[in-house]
Parts: sequence; structure tokens; C-alpha cells
Amino acid sequence: MSSLTLHDVRITGAEGSRNYINDEYGALSWLLTKDHKRIAILYLISITIMFLLGGSFAVIMRVELLTPEGDLLTSDTYNKMFTLHGIVMIFFFLIPVIPAILGNFILPIQLGAKDFAFPKINLLSWYLYIFAAAVGLYVIITGGVDTGWTFYTPFSTQYSNTHVIGVTFAGFIAGFSSILTGLNFIVTIHRMRAPGLTWYRLPLFVWALYATSVVMLLATPVLAITLVMLMFERFTGIGIFNPAIGGDPVLYQHMFWFYSHPAVYIMILPAMGVASEVVAAFTRKKIFGYRFVAFSSLGIAFLGFLVWAHHLFVAGISVYSALIFAFLSFFVAVPSAIKVFNWTATLYKASVSWATPMLYILGFIGLFTIGGVTGLFLAALGLDIHVHDTYFVVAHFHYVMVGGTVMAYLAGIHYWWPKITGRMYNEFWARLAALLVFVGFNLTFFPQFILGYLGMPRRYHAYAPEFQVLNVMSTAGASILAVGYALPLIYLGFSLRFGRKAGVNPWGAVGLEWTTSSPPPKHNFEETPVVTWDAYDYPAMMKAVGETQNV
Amino acid sequence: MADISVTEHHHSDHAPTHHVTPLWQYLLVFFALAVGTVLTVVASRFDLGMWNTPIALFIATVKATLVILFFMHVIHSTRLTWVVVIGSFLWLGVLFVLTFADYLTRSWSLY
Repeated sequence: MSSLTLHDVRITGAEGSRNYINDEYGALSWLLTKDHKRIAILYLISITIMFLLGGSFAVIMRVELLTPEGDLLTSDTYNKMFTLHGIVMIFFFLIPVIPAILGNFILPIQLGAKDFAFPKINLLSWYLYIFAAAVGLYVIITGGVDTGWTFYTPFSTQYSNTHVIGVTFAGFIAGFSSILTGLNFIVTIHRMRAPGLTWYRLPLFVWALYATSVVMLLATPVLAITLVMLMFERFTGIGIFNPAIGGDPVLYQHMFWFYSHPAVYIMILPAMGVASEVVAAFTRKKIFGYRFVAFSSLGIAFLGFLVWAHHLFVAGISVYSALIFAFLSFFVAVPSAIKVFNWTATLYKASVSWATPMLYILGFIGLFTIGGVTGLFLAALGLDIHVHDTYFVVAHFHYVMVGGTVMAYLAGIHYWWPKITGRMYNEFWARLAALLVFVGFNLTFFPQFILGYLGMPRRYHAYAPEFQVLNVMSTAGASILAVGYALPLIYLGFSLRFGRKAGVNPWGAVGLEWTTSSPPPKHNFEETPVVTWDAYDYPAMMKAVGETQNV
Repeated sequence: MADISVTEHHHSDHAPTHHVTPLWQYLLVFFALAVGTVLTVVASRFDLGMWNTPIALFIATVKATLVILFFMHVIHSTRLTWVVVIGSFLWLGVLFVLTFADYLTRSWSLY
């Protein structure tokens, strides 16, 4: 018999029976839950709120940039806007969004486990996130912070008169939330896989989250200690980073980017995992070069640690080390390219379905590629000096972070929404939103590549008049993007009450999460599944379905 | 039906054995740490020139190793735990080596 037939899998949980949503009632049953699925929902709500907050700062900035004059905000307020946009979007949205929402919900089910290895620690990590977000909101309400999300010294330790301590403390706490999530993922993947679920049978989303977790565990403590030293210098005036009192500002940048460059991979690696799941499901094929894709995640995690000083090319580092870091930065493109080529090879001659998750992932592949390739421009020493601190850099990282991570998150939330809620959303509105996001995104950020190349610096509220046309295009694109992001809030919310029931496996996808009811029961499976098939064994499933139809 | 017999999977194979450390061993490590602290203070009273920092770091490293091996029970842990511990220090090494690749080459005036 084939390695996978539909009969191999005992479908657990019946439609309409008890599930994780209706198993218990009341606010406390949510706030004290140890169920990974409920914790994922808590994250979904809180991270969405932070996304709306971070997005509102972006809207204010784009409106300011409609005209060359600084006529809506003062320069000080504009400084606070881009700082808060960066802090909220990076620490409270991009880093946790896929691991904490989709990873929390799906990972244990993909492993055939009842929950994470440490359910209480999982809940603790959400509370740490909320505490950090609360401190961040306090800072925002009481006047904000103006250092940029990078908190560069000595501005942050001596000159800034805004809430530097508060916001770095928030970042410090959010870091621990991230560390605990990574720890839980690693232990769970090692210890709680279902019988038969060997490493090479794992879905690539699991491999991606594993690599992400390694980066979270190894990099985040360095950010924590760096922020503590920053606070210490600001409190005590003892010189660590401030050259006026014997410190070294470049040391701060080394330590900050030792975390913050790998943090880029914390944001993009889970997105790549989502891409692999969706590409396989909507092409009905095995991922081309499964092991290459799996190990390229680990390769990115490793190489991502060796490139941080490309953020310091004009900060006064030695030319020798700049050369080394430029060389190493080129290297990290190799595993990233392996993934893109393998997804593309999977698409080749496939019967591609144009369902909403696939639309987002097709957008992801293209936009991430542009973001990645322009990263190589910036890794090139000479070119980087030309475009350093210009809108070229802004466009580059938004192509990776928004074109990459946000597109993949939207793909993932649409792909697993039927599993999470048990309901289908309206496919027409969802496709329309995907189209609006793609068009709006490109209209927002592609002009910024040109602006940067022409020399418009980032982080100013006023600019030379010849840049206005491209800035108006960018703001117009941001308006379309905002509509594209608002639509899912409406139709996904609508689906909760009015969406048709999803059933166990609405996409006809392979994977343990598609063998349990939607929404899943409290403990995911009635009995522990036994895995006898490889990941993405669509050919075998198609064959089995064909045989059934022939009978 | 699935052939369960070939897919049996015993996580208990990997379960760590719980080693009970005798009290005297903890006390001995505590004593060694106290001696290390005294040595650090004593060494700080003498000007050893370029050896000031290396000696202080050496004593601190020995103390940290004792804490990791005995108080954190790594010496009786699985090989996977050893991989994690050694890997963490390798990463710390990456931070140090590549940062020094900048600091130690700044006076290189060939350019």
C-alpha cells in the first residue's frame, strides 16, 4: 500500500463536538489557560492590536511626507513617530507574529502532541509580552521616545530627553517572552513528536520554527544585556558606550546588531516555513529538495550570526573587518536563494490553485526576492556608502519585512483560519484584499528605492521639493495598503459568525493538523497519531484519491 | 492500516537519568568558589602588569565552569545538553572574535 492513504489517518474529533473554544467558558478560562491554542488566540488579539498601533504611526508619517515642508508634525514629533513605528512593529509585531500566533497554534498539532513541553511557560511568555506592551504603551502615552528603534548611543544615554529607560525596559522584557517561546519550541520539537514522526518527516514549518528558536535563544540574551548596559550608563553616568565618559559607541552598535541582525531572521525564517506549507498544499506536490529547504533554514540561522557589522560600514569600523562582513553578508544569500529556487521548482509544471493563501505566497516569493537582492546591494561596501541612511535602505527592509513576513503571515492565517476557527472566509473578498495588499505595497515602497538612490535621507520630516512626486506615490500606495490590511479584519471577523463550516480538511492538505477536527479538541487528538508517511506526500494521496474514484 | 510495529518510538530512550549529587560535592564546589573569590581579591592587590586581566579572567572562567558543571548539573547531563552548552560558548566566541576583528585592525594604516 502507499505510504499515505486517507485510511491511515484516524480522523479525530467530530464536528459540533467539544473543542478548545467551547470546552470552557469565562474570561478566567482564557486568561489562565495552558492550552497552546487558546494562548495562540490571546497572542492573535494582542499582536493585532499592536499592528494597528504601529500602522497608525506609519499612516501619520506618510501623511506628513505628502508635502516637502514639515507642516503636519514638528521634527521632534516626527522623530517619535518613526521611533515608535519601528519599536512597535519590530518588537511587538514582526518578531512574535508567526511563531507566537501560528507556531503556538499549529506546531504541537503538526507534531501530533497534546501541547507544548512547558504549557505554563507558554502562558508566562504571553504575560511577559503583555507586560512589555503595557510599559511600551505607558511610554507612548506619556510622551514617547525619539532615539530610533536602534537606541544608538550616546544620543540615547546622554542627549535624548525622552523615555529611553522605559522603552528599553519594555524591549528587555519582550526579549524574555521571545526566549521562553524559543525554548518551548526547541524542547517540544525534540521531545514530543508523535511515534514515527522522524526529523525528515517533519513539515518544513517545524524546521523553520526550530531554526528560529535557536536564533531566539542565542541572540536575544545579548540584546538583553546590551539594553541593561544602556540603562546602566544612562542611570549612573558610568561610561560604557559614551565616548565623553570613556565609553565606545561602536561597541554598542556591535552588540546591538549581534542580536538585531539575527532578529531579521527571527522574523523571516517562520515566514519561509509558512511558504513551504502553502506551496506544497496548493500545488499538490512534494516540496522540491525537501532536505535542502530544511537545512537551508539552519544555514540561514547560522550565517545570520556572522553578518551584523554590515550595519556599521560607515560607523568607523576598520576597513579590514568591513571587508570580512561584506563577504559574509553575500554568503547568507546562498541558503535564501536555495529556498526560492526550490519553491519555484515545486511550482514548475504543478497544477497551481489560486486560493488566497497561495496568492499571498506568490507575492511573498517575488517581494522577498527583491528585498533579498537589494540586500546584496547594501552588502557591497562601495554601494552601501552611497545609499546608507537613505530611503533605499527603508525600501529594502520593508520588502523583506512587509513583503516577506507580513505577506507570509497573511498567507498562514488564511491557510490555517479554517482549522483555528472551524469556519471558511469569503474567498472573493480575501483575494481582493491580497491583490490590494500586493499593489498597495509595491506602490508604497518601490518609489522609495528610487528616492533613496537619488539621495533622499531617511528619518526627516521635510525633504527637497524634487522628491515630492515619488513621495505622493508612496503615500497613495500606503492608503491602498491600509485598505488591504483592514479588509481581512472585516471578512475574517464576519466568517466567525456567518462563514460556512470548514470541515476537517477544506484544502485537501496533508499534515497532522488536517486530521483533527476544526476547531481541534482540547487535547488536539483523541489518541496519539502514528506517522507512517513522509511530509507533503501529495503524490501518494492523489493516487489514493484516484483509486477511490475509480472504484 | 499503519504498521505500528515499525514506527514505534520510545521517547523514554532519551529520558535523562537523574543523578543525585551528594551534599559533600556541593560543599566542595562552594568552597572552591569561595577560594576563587579570595584569589581574585588577592590578585587585584598586586600589579601584575599585562597579566592583570588574564589572571582575573582565568579565575572567573574556572569558577564559571564549576558552576556550570556541578550546580547546573551539566556534568551528569545528556550529550545533547553538552552540545547546547558548548554551542552557546561557540556563539559567544563568534561575538568576541568578529568584534575584535574590528577593534584589533583599526590601526592598520595600509589604507
